[in-house]
Amino acid sequence: MGNIRKRLEPLINPLSNDNPVIVQILGICSALAVTAKLQPAVVMTISVLAVLALSNVIISLMRNTIPTSIRIIVQLVVVAALVVVVDQVLKAWNYEVSKQLSVFIGLIITNCIIMGRLEAFALNNTPFNSFLDGVGNALGYGIILVIVAFFRELFGSGTLWGFQVIPQALYDLGYQNNGMMILPPMALITVACIIWFHNRKAK
Amino acid sequence: MENLNLFIRSIFIDNMIFAYFLGMCSFLAVSKNVKTAFGLGIAVTFVLTIALPVCWCINEYILLPGSLSWLGQEYASTDLSFLGLIMFIAVIAALVQILEMAIEKYSPSLYASLGIFLPLIAVNCAILGGVLFMQQREFSNAWTATVYGVGSGIGWLLAIVALAAIRERLNEQVVPAPLRGTGITFIITGLMGIAFMSFLGIKL
Repeated sequence: MGNIRKRLEPLINPLSNDNPVIVQILGICSALAVTAKLQPAVVMTISVLAVLALSNVIISLMRNTIPTSIRIIVQLVVVAALVVVVDQVLKAWNYEVSKQLSVFIGLIITNCIIMGRLEAFALNNTPFNSFLDGVGNALGYGIILVIVAFFRELFGSGTLWGFQVIPQALYDLGYQNNGMMILPPMALITVACIIWFHNRKAK
Repeated sequence: MENLNLFIRSIFIDNMIFAYFLGMCSFLAVSKNVKTAFGLGIAVTFVLTIALPVCWCINEYILLPGSLSWLGQEYASTDLSFLGLIMFIAVIAALVQILEMAIEKYSPSLYASLGIFLPLIAVNCAILGGVLFMQQREFSNAWTATVYGVGSGIGWLLAIVALAAIRERLNEQVVPAPLRGTGITFIITGLMGIAFMSFLGIKL
């Protein structure tokens, strides 16, 4: 049992203790910009999951052949190629959401989580472990995205996944959506609150 | 007039950091003191200023559907727009590499003070973000793209220097323990974002 747990460490650690967004402070840009609604946040998570897991495996397979001096360029090319694939798939499969995410799918290339994990993990580890690490980090990123998007959509527009959840009766009593929550700065403050709770719990 | 308006807009209203959260990683990592923050800001502004017109030309003369017609009639129907991302990131990476070599040769002191952050500009989302917004907004000529590049760069510089100045003061303040470090920086950035929203609607 302990053995399995140890082998799955790269998958489990990033979920909370070593979370890429709130502990390593990577990939903030996209984490904040796509979280006004739940749906784009989930689509973004899946895209990052695909790119991160695959690029980790590819770089890990090539780790003994890449000369260190040009590794950044090699990594960029691998990631860019994967992102182009994801971008095209998304455009074909769900054009609405791809319009909503606008440039942020393209920006996965420069998402620091990807470069960070490639540099810190995939370059020194076996493909299977790198795969686990990629999936774990993408899920850790996704958890934060979903939590932030949940609160922002609930309080900002009174909906979840596009469905009205706050009943009309409440609006009749004078309840109003907090327009502030949809605006970008509130995402930062929501993340700060998550960091606060996380640090309290860790102590 | 049109361009001046775009310039002001890209500094204050469409600020890379406060409106789009681009370049956040280096923004948070390098804002510990004003001097390095300023150096990085200048470097980012410089790369944006050159990258935008270059990428505009690539987009206009190579990537857009039908833009290859200057090569001859048989290329008039080629559509290479799916190659955009790879072309842009290659241009940016090459530019950063050239910039790095040039600074190392002509100004070793600036090179030493920027250190590791210089090569990292290649993966700064603000640069690629600027290029992608440029493509999305379909600017009509390279000059407009340059103006947008300079404006976004200065906006980024302004934001990082302001945050660095606040963080220098913050070292002497009492902050609740769990919020110390990153937490409080996030909140400050959020508040600065709200403050910047008061520029909304300014038009020249």
